[in-house]
Amino acid sequence: MTFERVIISNGGKAGEDMDFGLSNRQKQIRLAAREFAEGEFPGVAREYDRKEEFPRELWKKACELGFTGIFIKKEYGGLGLGFLEFAMVMEEFWRVDPGCGNILLTVFGSELIQLYGTEEQKKKYLPPLTRGKAIMGTAITEPDAGSDILSVLTRAKREGEDYSISGAKQFITNGSIADYLAVFCLTYPEAKSRLKRFGVMIVETNRPGFGALKITGKMGIRASDTAELRFSDVRVPKENLIGGKEGEGFSQIMQLFNINRVIAASQGVGVAQGALDKAIQYIKKRKQFGQSLAAFQAIQFKIAEMATWVEAARALTYQAGWMIDHGKIDPKLISIAKYIAGEVGVKVTNDALQLHGGYGYIADYDMERFYRDAKIVEIYEGTKEIEKNTIARELLGRV
Amino acid sequence: MDFELTNEQKDIQRAAREFAEKMFPEVAEECDLHETFPRALWKKACDLGFVGVFIDEAYGGAGLGFLEHALITEEFSRVDAGCGTILNTTLGSEFLLFFGREEQKKKYLPLLPRGEAIMGMAITEPDAGSDVSSVSTVARKEKGHYIINGNKIFITNGSIGDYLVILCVTDEEEKVKSKRHSPILVEANREGFEANPLKRKLGMRASDTAEISFSELKVPIENLVGEVEGNGFHQLMTVFNHTRIPVAIAGVGIARGGLEKAIQYSKQRKQFGSPIGSFQGIQFKLAEMASLIEAARALCYQAAWMVDHGKIDPKLISMAKWFAGEAGVKVIDEVVQIHGGYGYLGEYGIERLYRDAKLVEIVEGTKEIEKLIIARELLGRG
Repeated sequence: MTFERVIISNGGKAGEDMDFGLSNRQKQIRLAAREFAEGEFPGVAREYDRKEEFPRELWKKACELGFTGIFIKKEYGGLGLGFLEFAMVMEEFWRVDPGCGNILLTVFGSELIQLYGTEEQKKKYLPPLTRGKAIMGTAITEPDAGSDILSVLTRAKREGEDYSISGAKQFITNGSIADYLAVFCLTYPEAKSRLKRFGVMIVETNRPGFGALKITGKMGIRASDTAELRFSDVRVPKENLIGGKEGEGFSQIMQLFNINRVIAASQGVGVAQGALDKAIQYIKKRKQFGQSLAAFQAIQFKIAEMATWVEAARALTYQAGWMIDHGKIDPKLISIAKYIAGEVGVKVTNDALQLHGGYGYIADYDMERFYRDAKIVEIYEGTKEIEKNTIARELLGRV
Repeated sequence: MDFELTNEQKDIQRAAREFAEKMFPEVAEECDLHETFPRALWKKACDLGFVGVFIDEAYGGAGLGFLEHALITEEFSRVDAGCGTILNTTLGSEFLLFFGREEQKKKYLPLLPRGEAIMGMAITEPDAGSDVSSVSTVARKEKGHYIINGNKIFITNGSIGDYLVILCVTDEEEKVKSKRHSPILVEANREGFEANPLKRKLGMRASDTAEISFSELKVPIENLVGEVEGNGFHQLMTVFNHTRIPVAIAGVGIARGGLEKAIQYSKQRKQFGSPIGSFQGIQFKLAEMASLIEAARALCYQAAWMVDHGKIDPKLISMAKWFAGEAGVKVIDEVVQIHGGYGYLGEYGIERLYRDAKLVEIVEGTKEIEKLIIARELLGRG
């Protein structure tokens, strides 16, 4: 058997070398995000959690400083950066407080408009988001359509120049505070392919027939607004259909998930890193049996394992984010990042709470809030079970 | 940032994959069964330039990095980790590369990539495993020579190596334990050198492992690696920061190979009227396995890239090593499970993966040592 020798001497490294380092710009953004979160969140986080209130002042400030919607193109009021940078800011915010960190989700759905919207839609709906003049959301889930999103029943019926929307949505982020929402609707139920029956409608929340009821009593991320929505013959002009084409909704939403799963993954990394930071600080101070907890090998091993999981989750998240920004969407990698980061968030906050003992269990130390907050990453933007389905499908094809 | 391999790196990866796929399967089982080092395979790999790619061009290598070395190791291990250890024939060359004198580099390095010599490094002793600074093999100075006495154990290439770097105590009086040692290069044909291959290893049985004894072994003083004595322990830590990377990526390679076999099998194997791959219980297992592999690999590539760019991060390297080791063991456990009885019996080659994978959690620093290093970096000392 013959082989050609491929390995030849280096001859000076090629210019297009891999690069695992952050650019200076990225480092600056991350540092700025960290300083903002550390300066603004700790004083108010517990209160917003207790009251289940959206931190409107923080959101305004974050908008003024340019943190909101940084992936939106400059001509529509954003900074024209990538989803990797968005993920980095989200991670830093969640590291300090996940509930407050979700002020960044006030642009949720703008990805759809930027990717698929008409020029008029982009001009009308994107600039207010980054300026702090409007809040957006995306409404997909329904009482009977969770992971199984093809079972969505909310109907947008074409009537002349308008659509009439009727139905109910459940667990909608920003549902009761949003100015407009991207609503996933059944627009063309006659289509043979189930995947071609949907469209995404932009719905202003001041339209007659729209009702939102804030859901209280959420376990975590309580500063983030969640609502159930009702649409009773809500009329929107046909220009509100994203992209102006019916039947594209499902693939548009899948693309939105590809992006926002990376953002959700960065939340898992952030909450885990924040919990790890607190745990390290605590075990160095806390003395038992005559020495600091950090001197016990069992504790050292636990910390080492936590840090390794965080690093692994971060590496996956950055890689997936970078790929998206370079036009290489890899649903398997994205689902892997989201699933691992979600699980890491839950594991690491659990371990961090454990290390705090009784102090971890009471509100004064913030650990119990992190523990509650972390769980959401395993549920929203696709449960971890759905992520595993996606990964398995990519590995196996349809069996 | 840039997460993509260069075209050159992709070519290397592809070449390594093709070589391993074509050459390993016919000898892998035999080498495992008889515990023989695949000498012809090693020669061939040298001819093709796969061995010691990280060695500078001036000393006969390709002048590439540890990332490229890792890419080759991953592809080799994916097909058969035991055969993949032919890449370990340069073990210890890192000592020479980083700390050796010019004439030592010129003398000992070029033979390795050319397939004219096999090297090893002898650190571990019967009573000094993870606790490296307790190494007690002594090299005493006498009229321009070192006289070496002591025992080493679990030494890779110990009975096939042409020369080995031996970690010895050169200053017994030194109070600080970590300043007593020096690396000394020893040719295996010197009088007083005796190596006995250790048989019945669990896995990686194509790789040679031996115990070595030195009795009044005499080498000229010039065989001290570098110029000064007493830095052996710290030099070894630097060497480990490099050699842990290929070990870690071997864990990834084994796991990848296993996952591919499990995917193939779960599509073919029918039970209860459908391929077992159609059962969600199996699908979730495969998804979890793939995720662990992807996470481990991301850590390994990152650690390797950092090393090649002069940013040695012992924390990250240790993370990559324990995580990849554990990922390998976990994933292969599930690979065996998915294959059921067929996985447990020899003929499918699955049980070999199970045995091979375990080594990554032990060699080049146990996972417990990796965790100690990570914790120390996070918490500081004490």
